[in-house]
Amino acid sequence: MITFVILSMVLIFVDHRTGLLKPVRYSLSVLMTPIQYISNTPVRVAEWSADGVKSKDQLQRENVALSNQVLLLERRVQKLASTVAENKRLKELMNSSDIVDDRVIVAEIVGVDPDPYRHEVIVNKGRNDGLYEGQAVLDADGLMGQIIEVGPMTSRALLISDSTHGLPVHANRNGVRAIAVGSGILDKLRLIHVPDTADLEVGDLLVSSGLGGRFPKGYPVGVVSKVSHDPGQPFAIVEARPTANLDRSRYVLLVFSVEEPAEESVAESVDVSTEGLPTEKISAIDGGEG
Amino acid sequence: MTRSEGSLAIIFTFMLAYILTVMVLPDLLEYLRPEWVALIIIYWVIAIPHRVGVIVAWVVGIFQDVLVGAVLGQHALALSAVAYITYMLHMRIRVFPVWQQSLSVLLLVGVYLMIVLMVQRTVATSHWTLWYWLPALSSAVVWPWIVLPLRWLRKQYAIN
Repeated sequence: MITFVILSMVLIFVDHRTGLLKPVRYSLSVLMTPIQYISNTPVRVAEWSADGVKSKDQLQRENVALSNQVLLLERRVQKLASTVAENKRLKELMNSSDIVDDRVIVAEIVGVDPDPYRHEVIVNKGRNDGLYEGQAVLDADGLMGQIIEVGPMTSRALLISDSTHGLPVHANRNGVRAIAVGSGILDKLRLIHVPDTADLEVGDLLVSSGLGGRFPKGYPVGVVSKVSHDPGQPFAIVEARPTANLDRSRYVLLVFSVEEPAEESVAESVDVSTEGLPTEKISAIDGGEG
Repeated sequence: MTRSEGSLAIIFTFMLAYILTVMVLPDLLEYLRPEWVALIIIYWVIAIPHRVGVIVAWVVGIFQDVLVGAVLGQHALALSAVAYITYMLHMRIRVFPVWQQSLSVLLLVGVYLMIVLMVQRTVATSHWTLWYWLPALSSAVVWPWIVLPLRWLRKQYAIN
């Protein structure tokens, strides 16, 4: 028994601190893929039969193709809001040339993390489709999260509402920068280290700022839902509601950044002052907001 | 029935437990989801302690870690600890009436949840409330209903 306790602890330590066990996890996850798929069949069957009653096979396929297309189009519309605002501020000349239309693929959510305290989903695309760790995940209405674990056929994505997730954002109205950290509650993000004097108002749209290089720039993240000032606190208390349907979307978009996947060293060298966040997932913050 | 067929049946029960563990449930039910894998381990350790023990529990736990994306070793540690405690008590639990077995299961799953939580809190900050302990309760409640089919399976395949 003692042997197993020690063995487990060593495993936990090695897996948490280093990436040595990634290949092991990768190969074991191949074995577990069927289980993921089987556990999702009730949902699939329900969906399939609901479609079947309405229409014939061909209509079904057409429908899927159309809804994928809608997703793609809606994503372009999303980008418009921020691009227009940017034009208005006449910043076009300086920065916006790097907004190139990114390549995306559509994936389906095939599972969610059974632990209600962790916000993770499993999508049906993996290394075979070219996915990589740190890739941004979107739905029709905004940023959902990022890929944290890539298997051969499925991958795991961390949602922005998870309490270990953070991402750099800026307000679309005036460019005030902040870091949006998940709260562990699906419809709430917290903005940390916002100065009391920052010009943020309820209703402001927050878009990803692209600082740190992990998330593409200019996708909607959330809408500010609460701003309060507590004289006893060094920073303002700002909360936002994610625009993405974190608990409802079935199809998601995976964005391939123009540049290659962010290098490990870049992610790790960023030292954002986010006490209380685990060291492992700090790389997910990739702030540069410091 | 051969021994290998029996082993297959045992593996099948674990597969089923894995599926139930990751199956998509409505929000509220999710908090009540019994710890299926731990329940199955407890059953087999009580029934056939010479075949299913700490080692099997540990391997099953590693697979569960991979399945739910936890740190490798987290569930392995918790499950092997539960298997060990169950092994120490299996003679006693075996002769308990079912409701008393349920109480033991409540405590065993409680220990399991506690170890999982300890590991989780060490490696990451997790959002945590008292609801976290509900699965212990629901596991104890479903215990009598999983004993029956498993007992039938054991008779069918003469697993001993």
